[in-house]
Amino acid sequence: MSILIHRDTRLVVQGITGREGEFHARQMVEYGTRIVAGTSPGKGGEWVLDGKVPVFDTVAQAVEATGANCSVIFVPARNAADAMLEAADAGLPLIVCITEGIPVRDMMQVRRVLDQRGSRLVGPNCPGLLSPGQAKVGIIPGHIAIPGDVGVVSRSGTLTYEVLYALKLHQRGVSTCVGIGGDPVNGTSFIDVLEMFEDDPHTEQVVLIGEIGGTDEERAARFIADHMTKPVVGFVAGRSAPPGKRMGHAGAIVEGGSGLASDKIRALQEARVRVAEHPEQIPELLDGAR
Amino acid sequence: MKLHEYQSKHLFAQDGIPIPRGRVATTAAEAKAIAEELGGRAVVKAQVLVGGRGKAGGIRLVGSAEAAEEAATQVLAIHIKGLPVRKLLIDEAVGIQSEIYLGITNDRQARSPVVIASAEGGVEIEEVARREPGKIVRLTIDPLLGLREYQARYLAAAIELPREHWRDFIAIASALYRVYHRVDATLAEINPLVVTKDQRLLALDGKMVIDDNALFRHPDIAEMRDLDEEAPAEREARKYGLSYVRLDGSIGCMVNGAGLAMATMDVIELCGGAPANFLDVGGGAGAEKVAAALQLILREPAVRAVLLNIFGGITRCDEVARGVLAAMDEVKPTVPFVVRLVGTNEEEGRRLLAQAQLTTASTLMEAARAVVAAAQRSAAA
Repeated sequence: MSILIHRDTRLVVQGITGREGEFHARQMVEYGTRIVAGTSPGKGGEWVLDGKVPVFDTVAQAVEATGANCSVIFVPARNAADAMLEAADAGLPLIVCITEGIPVRDMMQVRRVLDQRGSRLVGPNCPGLLSPGQAKVGIIPGHIAIPGDVGVVSRSGTLTYEVLYALKLHQRGVSTCVGIGGDPVNGTSFIDVLEMFEDDPHTEQVVLIGEIGGTDEERAARFIADHMTKPVVGFVAGRSAPPGKRMGHAGAIVEGGSGLASDKIRALQEARVRVAEHPEQIPELLDGAR
Repeated sequence: MKLHEYQSKHLFAQDGIPIPRGRVATTAAEAKAIAEELGGRAVVKAQVLVGGRGKAGGIRLVGSAEAAEEAATQVLAIHIKGLPVRKLLIDEAVGIQSEIYLGITNDRQARSPVVIASAEGGVEIEEVARREPGKIVRLTIDPLLGLREYQARYLAAAIELPREHWRDFIAIASALYRVYHRVDATLAEINPLVVTKDQRLLALDGKMVIDDNALFRHPDIAEMRDLDEEAPAEREARKYGLSYVRLDGSIGCMVNGAGLAMATMDVIELCGGAPANFLDVGGGAGAEKVAAALQLILREPAVRAVLLNIFGGITRCDEVARGVLAAMDEVKPTVPFVVRLVGTNEEEGRRLLAQAQLTTASTLMEAARAVVAAAQRSAAA
């Protein structure tokens, strides 16, 4: 099985007539995802993807007509906050936002409203979700992963693909891959996903992919130490990166942690996470942890 | 995007925060004229986008217009952390009774802005935060409600500000949040906020950082960018929407996605090489962007070999390949290339590149080993 998305997910694509939206909607359909609707303001009534998918002006109309229960957003950054709020307002329980470059002020407000509405957001600035063999919501190339029992959660985009591909080359399959996105304010956290994997009977092992900056990996490490029974293998990108640029005194006072890869790796190791030196080492470590 | 002190204080003043009288000078003669207007006693302050100006001798207190001219001459001649001083802010000198710290930034964990205050402002504020965290007061601001007046009052009480200054302090804190919100700042800092000997509150120094992602709705702020403070390569990168940081090694890297770019650099180091740069061509990179990125990498004379690691998702490998071919046509590189293309439209991408004389690799480790070896051969040749 999988977490968050599966065979029966009924997807609406926000921004389906745009270049990216149309291209990736087609890829999702080819993968077997049930896209039941698209939205594009002013184009309601049209049909896209070879006449198979109806387009609506609003998300509310799309949900009412098709029973969609998940949305994926491909609209430009300046419209993305509005798109997320619209999806939440239409009652969608799961919203996946692929768009990158959204102002952080918008995200803080959107997150606050979504929490009140009870909608789960994945992203923004993320590659989305893939439950191999069942459905993909987002832009992760479908052919680089096979079904299996490894849960993958990552802050990165393309680095996630790298890891999925390495798993596939070693015949290791994936239950669900969740790209949570690298923005400072996002919807779903490492801990949210770790919790879901811990509870998912079809996930046996977990891969966590982090990167420098912030303290999310340290917090995930604490959660793993306290709550996870399933083995976790980690990778943290940015060991070779020069120390980041500083953000005034306030940034240093607020952030606390150093944001360095070495500190994150140490925190994960102390939580008994096996940390890979490079992405292609991850399958070996998974085999060793079984 | 960082703003200079004079730009930050200009924005502060627009929202009603009191700042010292003063103006910007680019020559010693201008500095002298401004100091004269201010009555002689003035502070000459280097305007550079790095911290530690005072310790580097970039801030001078002067007692006369002539002294201001002399100080300006000296400060305009120094470099602060490698940056030349091109502009000076000449402010009136004020008598200081006490120094407060007041700042707003975003707290990732709380997903909200946070306001921070301390009775002990000044350059040692981070030291205070470490040594006596109790002297730093922080309050979370609801992103939907903004900073409420009671919160500003709470801060005033918590830093034990004398009651007669509360009204001014609350007005300044509220204004600081207004400007922070209005221009999509990720940092707005008054350090120090001083109580003057004549019992006024004044923002003596100011620092702001603006969210680059929000500049589309602030064309006036975007124009404040000081192009002189950017390295030419970084300016070029920004023009094409590339994220580029120059490093000291010999292996040029072009990768899509920041995480994969960092992982690629890590693997190069693991294989005994050293990356010459961090370069993320971003999502959906088309041919033109790829060509610009390659030219940027090859401009650096230390580059002995180039690694292209593209894992297609929103980026399509065939478009990347077209960009690589276009750039090679234009730049005619003399250093070896190692290319790895995986993901969306990879077959078409590989087919396009087959005609060029490039080393290809299928795994990241294989690519890193190949490029480190190629760099060593090319350095020896």
